[in-house]
Amino acid sequence: MAAPLVLVLLAAVTVRAALYRSSLAAFISERVEVASPLNAWKRVVEGLALLDLGVSPYSGAVFHETPLMIYLFHFLIEYAELVFMITDVLTAIALYLAIQDFNKVVFKKQKLLIELDKYAPDVAELIRTPMEMHYIPLKVALFYLLNPYTVLSCVAKSTCAINNTVIAFFILATIKGSAFLSAVFLALATYQSLYPLTLFAPALLYLLQRQFIPIKPKSKSFWLYTVQYAALYLCSLVVIICLSFFLLNSWDFIPSVYGFILSVPDLTPNIGLFWYFFAEMFEHFSLFFVCVFQINVFFYTIPLAIKLKEHPVFFMFVQITIISIFKSYPTVGDIALYMAFLPVWSHLYRFLRNIFILSCVLVVCSFLFPVLWHLWIYAGSANSNFYYAITLTFNVGQILLISDYFYAFLRREYYLTHGLHLTRQDGTEAMLVLK
Amino acid sequence: GQIYWAKDIIFLVNEHDLLGMEAWLEGYHDVNLTGIRSEGTLGRAGAIQAAIALELSSDVVTSLDVAVEGLDGRLPNLDLLNLFQAFCQKNGLLCTIQGKLPRPDGDSLAAYGHRLQTLLLMVLAQASGRPRGDHGLFLRYRIEALTLRGVNSFRQYKYDMTAVGKTLEGMFRKLNNLLERLHQSYFFYLLPSLSRFVSIGHYMPAVGFLLLVLILKISFWGGTPPLTPCSPQDPQPGLLALVPPVLICHAAGLALYFLPVLGQRVATQHFPVSEAEAVVLTAVAIYVAGMALPHNTHRVVAGGGTDRGWMALKLLALLYLALQLGCLALLNFSLGFLLAATMVPAAAAVTPTGPR
Repeated sequence: MAAPLVLVLLAAVTVRAALYRSSLAAFISERVEVASPLNAWKRVVEGLALLDLGVSPYSGAVFHETPLMIYLFHFLIEYAELVFMITDVLTAIALYLAIQDFNKVVFKKQKLLIELDKYAPDVAELIRTPMEMHYIPLKVALFYLLNPYTVLSCVAKSTCAINNTVIAFFILATIKGSAFLSAVFLALATYQSLYPLTLFAPALLYLLQRQFIPIKPKSKSFWLYTVQYAALYLCSLVVIICLSFFLLNSWDFIPSVYGFILSVPDLTPNIGLFWYFFAEMFEHFSLFFVCVFQINVFFYTIPLAIKLKEHPVFFMFVQITIISIFKSYPTVGDIALYMAFLPVWSHLYRFLRNIFILSCVLVVCSFLFPVLWHLWIYAGSANSNFYYAITLTFNVGQILLISDYFYAFLRREYYLTHGLHLTRQDGTEAMLVLK
Repeated sequence: GQIYWAKDIIFLVNEHDLLGMEAWLEGYHDVNLTGIRSEGTLGRAGAIQAAIALELSSDVVTSLDVAVEGLDGRLPNLDLLNLFQAFCQKNGLLCTIQGKLPRPDGDSLAAYGHRLQTLLLMVLAQASGRPRGDHGLFLRYRIEALTLRGVNSFRQYKYDMTAVGKTLEGMFRKLNNLLERLHQSYFFYLLPSLSRFVSIGHYMPAVGFLLLVLILKISFWGGTPPLTPCSPQDPQPGLLALVPPVLICHAAGLALYFLPVLGQRVATQHFPVSEAEAVVLTAVAIYVAGMALPHNTHRVVAGGGTDRGWMALKLLALLYLALQLGCLALLNFSLGFLLAATMVPAAAAVTPTGPR
């Protein structure tokens, strides 16, 4: 399996190198869909220039990266393009190894459930075989590396690529079962952009499952493990934040990074849902609506944890998608991360109801983003309503995509335990309906 | 007397037609869009609000002809055209569009035919993307502009420069009194005559219906997706087999876009051809090379032997065509419409025939 992966990596690196040398690189790094105020390369350069002058990089409300990121680029600014290509390669390798391990876990669990006779007798066509799962890790790496969104994000040198790498390593550490590394990477991911905090729940559920600890509120070992994991996570987070304090000798970074993410002061258009609302809103409502919008990201964790407690990796996938749709400054780099996981659920294809229309909607909206931006900003004949219409359609498309996958997953689980041909009490054929 | 001019007026005389105008605009706005090199401008008067390009060949005119289409099919705000027509009527000046005398409004077939002809000529001019006058270059800088041509034909009643001057002064005074950019009226319109217009809400459904043909064809197939491997001889998904034809077509398109310009520089160094000849010969060479392609790409489409293979490729091609025509219609409606009118029937109806 290594040879095809190396081929894919070479192809990806070639595409990125070719684009870096062309005139498109400058054009792409200006696009608002690719570079947000949180992760634009221009702002990193600005922060480094301020740091070189001896002034705090956070004075001036331009720079919103974390101190660890400034110091990373302080030493690597000469090789910036190489750094971003290497982060993409590392993300792909991490996802490849993680999905390889995950496939083994899935297969073992399936075998156990078959032997325990938990499956209905007529579900032979739903059982997954190692043959069909053999190419999935390669497809995941391919989907991440050759996704146009990832390539655009890399060519624009948006630090979203580094966020994706940290999350990919977190997923690898979780699936391998190492609680310590998982907590450390999760703390790093939370430190970078606040929202991966919600990935604590699926990681915990996966590690509990791996240790064969039952998820019951009465069980003592459950609470012991939870407290252990939470302590590891919080201690790593505190250590990283204190380290950042000592790097720059001030707490300036907390309002500039986390205050910025939570209070959304910059209303530059992007592919998210926040900017238009807050541009139209009156001042004294804005606090209420900021809270409502931000709760949207964190709100789905508990219901999903209750429903998907047997399937924590799917829960992680849904949570990553929800983060990239509802976060305050999304970019296409965030979308690329969850799209990389779609081959893992390719066995759900027969239960997906709207996949064709949704993929058409997503592709059409991606093409219409630059057209309507041009009509609005350069030709002056459209206005922000048109651009927000495309943003809304794009996000609705993503939400419908993830709900489709969620429903297909639950449907398959139901069929596995109750059989493919459902009958009612009197023997007539029944239909499965989601209530 | 009373001072009523609140804004500066720039009187610009340019030579070399469009090149001179573009050189001045680039020098004035200090940008470098086309690589024209010129000496700097003599002075600046701030952001330009509107511009009128005058083409007068004699000092008596029988009518004033207006041209609206600009570069890449852009149009000035309709307010500017209405302004011109209002002042011509006020001063009794005869105003025309596309050089045709105005017909009386009516419901007769001849009047309808005349209006249809004006409309279609405007669609053709807009689709070509060439500016119909020097004003077309101002539109790219968000400056509303018109071209007025003084026509001196064999008519009985001639106007001298005082009438023209009064009209122009009236227009400039109106623009002088404006506090904001022209944005109240339509930016996208089509003109069947000087005093009638068709707004975008009325003409965009035309392109919409053409694309609907494609979308209906796609959804008719999308309901039973040809991409699911339902037949037993289709082990791998057909998606992977669609990639080579798409890549080859894109490579051919990129070659056609970049190679003639590159070839122009290289060929004149090594071969005894002029630059125009080099461009034409490179394009011809790419087409000749392309004639070799369909035979090869036909073999590359793995599902070529079965019914499913070409249907999947056609589905993808129709989707791509609908998407591109839609984006193009948003940017330059006339070009999108003309391309859709020619390509949609052919694309929707095509099926492969002949030996497999």
